[in-house]
Amino acid sequence: MAQIELEGIERIFRLGDSEVHALNDVSLRIEAGEYVAVMGPSGSGKSTLLNLLGLLDRPNSGHYRLEGRDVTTLSADEQAAVRSARIGFVFQSFHLVPRLTAAENVALPLMLAGVPAAERGVRVERALKDFGLESRAHHRPDELSGGQRQRVAIARATIMRPAMLLADEPTGNLDRATGQEVTALLEALNAAGTTLIVVTHDPAMGARARRRLLMEDGAIRQDVRNTPAAAPNPP
Amino acid sequence: MSPADTLRFATRAALGYPQRTALMMLAMSIGVAAVVMLTALGDGARRFVVEEFSALGANLLIVLPGRTGTGGVNPGSFVSSTPRDLTTDDAAALLRVPQVKRVAPLAMGSAEISFGGRLREVMVLGTSADYVDIRGFGVARGQFLPREDFRRASAVAVIGETIRAELFGNQNAIGRMIRLGDRRLRVIGAMGPAGRGLGMNSDELVLVPVATAQAMFDTNSLFRIMIETRDRESLLPAQREVEKLLGARRQGELDFTVITQDAVLGTFDRILGALTLGVAGIAAISLAVAGILVMNVMLVAVTQRTGEIGLLKALGASRRAIRFAFLAEAALLSLAGALAGFILGHAGAWAIRLAFPALPAWPPDWAVSAALGTALATGLLFGVMPARRAAALDPVQALTKR
Repeated sequence: MAQIELEGIERIFRLGDSEVHALNDVSLRIEAGEYVAVMGPSGSGKSTLLNLLGLLDRPNSGHYRLEGRDVTTLSADEQAAVRSARIGFVFQSFHLVPRLTAAENVALPLMLAGVPAAERGVRVERALKDFGLESRAHHRPDELSGGQRQRVAIARATIMRPAMLLADEPTGNLDRATGQEVTALLEALNAAGTTLIVVTHDPAMGARARRRLLMEDGAIRQDVRNTPAAAPNPP
Repeated sequence: MSPADTLRFATRAALGYPQRTALMMLAMSIGVAAVVMLTALGDGARRFVVEEFSALGANLLIVLPGRTGTGGVNPGSFVSSTPRDLTTDDAAALLRVPQVKRVAPLAMGSAEISFGGRLREVMVLGTSADYVDIRGFGVARGQFLPREDFRRASAVAVIGETIRAELFGNQNAIGRMIRLGDRRLRVIGAMGPAGRGLGMNSDELVLVPVATAQAMFDTNSLFRIMIETRDRESLLPAQREVEKLLGARRQGELDFTVITQDAVLGTFDRILGALTLGVAGIAAISLAVAGILVMNVMLVAVTQRTGEIGLLKALGASRRAIRFAFLAEAALLSLAGALAGFILGHAGAWAIRLAFPALPAWPPDWAVSAALGTALATGLLFGVMPARRAAALDPVQALTKR
């Protein structure tokens, strides 16, 4: 049983009279612990695929089995519970809550899941330490650098110890050096066993992934697997 | 999400936008303050009147000419159909009722008073010696009207404080002759400053013996007869006795009305109570407006924080959690505004009491709790729609919106 199984997924958006096939008969299997880069031109359906995988969106037809369970038929709140326990999100624009401190942002998923405040404090402190943010715990996002913000976002995405991490252009708003730091961080998490699925425009990052999905017009055109040894070293 | 966390999150959200929160609180507080202050004013007026009447003496009967009730045919109906006047003889006869302690006949009219070339129009009240005790007025100089037969028209007058000051200034008024209408009267007393006195302010009155007033205005009738009973318990028996006696004096025809102090008081109490309620209702409109403002602010907040809502959903927040978070925020804004308004309203009522010491302007408890309750209820009610909208947002669209 693969961790993620997509079967004949269709996603159609209506724009006025016309219908846009954002995803067209997509079938896909991703095993636990994989490192997948989803690439392709704008409008090819990368983000729609990621949203579907993250249970933020529903397909018009087809089935999505997550860890053997058909999650397409779940109610919105049941999906929310699955997201809370199993899925972590990293966004291009970080999506930190501006009025909350770094520590409070990291604590959000725990708070939403109803974890008691005392336990939250311990876990957040450990997470901030793991990501080298202990000195920034009480800073608000506007007092943090881009790299620090994305590290806070990653700490938040992983605080619930999800089975998979979905990243949408995680380095898109970062300069090259910081982007590489963040990439390394995500890869380290993947090495520890978390499934990592990254949507990216950056060919260098795509090349580092062990598996590359090339999308075009809502369909997967190429599904390439690199052996780790064959991955080219970053320049 | 636990209730404590929801509350904490909502508080942070409310504090995260201080200007918006301050404006919101201001609107809500003005609404609550308006209710508190206006009801304080209305209720103050009611209490003022009630106290005023109580100061009149609690065991008071008032006889009015004419009938207010509807009755059947009695022998008197065939003798005459016009109401007979109340006369000083009626008043004198009332003294024979055992429960009656004092009687003051009242005859009123206006006349011109003049002294030393100064003229002015005054209200003239013809009454008797007991009037000063029934009303609880004080005589500052000289003496009050002499105790004498109601039919005797002595040429004396007692003048109010304002009249005395205007006509005599610093001169001694006692013993001086004044002209009142077509008569020359000797001033035998001056009333102390009465300050407040319902309807009839003794400051602007000239008091003369009842027969003098009747002669001056060429009438035999009385405007009212005031009766003070021996105590409160004898009020109702006295009312029956007075009716019986006056009825007997006019061959059974009850063309007069005897009312008690309590009846008058009750009427005023009801009228002013209704007034307070009406004023509270008007003020409550501002609360409704504030409630709509809460809704507007919360709708703006939902739009402003769309990205945040999308994020919370991505992080696994249920619809319920988001709904409660926004509802809690609306409730907090309303509650804070209501408390601020409560303080503001009490400060306003205090200012009114400072400005008008006579007016006991305390907001009634029901108005205060109603205002706070309404504020919270409107805040919650108008917070539901924005909260539902936030909970129903599509996470994908919410996340892509900046």
